[in-house]
Amino acid sequence: MDAMLLEYLPILIFLGLATAISAIAVGASFIIARQRPDSAKASAYECGFDVFDDARGKFDVRFYLVAILFIIFDLEVAFLFPWAITLGKIGVFGFWSMMVFLAVLTVGFIYEWKVGALEWE
Amino acid sequence: MIVQALAFYMFAFIAVAAGVMVISARNPVHSVLFLILAFFNSAGLFVLMGAEFLAMILIIVYVGAVAVLFMFVVMMLDINFAELRQGFLHYLPIGGMIGLVLLAEILVIVGGWIMAPEAAKTAMAPAPDALTNTRALGELIYTHYIFLFQAAGVVLLIAMIGAIVLTHRRRKGLRKQKIADQVRRRPEDTVEVRNVETGKGI
Repeated sequence: MDAMLLEYLPILIFLGLATAISAIAVGASFIIARQRPDSAKASAYECGFDVFDDARGKFDVRFYLVAILFIIFDLEVAFLFPWAITLGKIGVFGFWSMMVFLAVLTVGFIYEWKVGALEWE
Repeated sequence: MIVQALAFYMFAFIAVAAGVMVISARNPVHSVLFLILAFFNSAGLFVLMGAEFLAMILIIVYVGAVAVLFMFVVMMLDINFAELRQGFLHYLPIGGMIGLVLLAEILVIVGGWIMAPEAAKTAMAPAPDALTNTRALGELIYTHYIFLFQAAGVVLLIAMIGAIVLTHRRRKGLRKQKIADQVRRRPEDTVEVRNVETGKGI
């Protein structure tokens, strides 16, 4: 248990370093840099976009479909990891168990392909 | 050991603070970003408990995919959030009741923990020492829990088909590129060479 956590210690150290460096980068530019706020600086330049605006614009629903399909195959891959490292122990039964799982999702994949959900048009 | 305790308090504190910010942030996009922070810190807590696989899945699936999906939903829906907040008093009884049920469940867990401290230890059932967390899971999911595993596959299939049926629509009158047809086209089929006499048209 503790040996396992020791392996994660570098990640914790990196986490601390990353926090410190980003805090220094933002903090230093906030403290050291000369700041002369002006309303002209925040205005749209020539025919550009408004600088500060609501981020919520309408999206095409197709982006959402792509994201959902990504999640499903992401989960499928997540199931493959423990299977791959224990394949020697769970034997033929475990192997075919995964093959059936993959076959079920492949049916969905073929449907998705045929119906044209992967194409952008 | 002290590092472990410090890490626990840091992750737990940030997770709770991020959870509070999720429900109190005015901008829903900020809420989703705080939700991602809460996911990250929960992953840290899982690692501290020894559940490595769960922690990595939390990052890959929840941070990498589900949070992005939430972001899409928040950004896609063109809702006036000030208008949504007006129903606050109307939904207060239902929301309060669900909160009470959750509180009761937490009390039962804490009560059980106080009454019988040994029970919690048996429920945890740590992985055998020589086994890594992922390996211990892998030995159970595909054989012992095969029906639940296959059911998960079917649920994913239904989710996939449902998403396609609900959101996919074909636009009419599209002229798509058909590469096979384009490549198959030969000059003989389309080009005709004619001998044109001088001074005359075709």
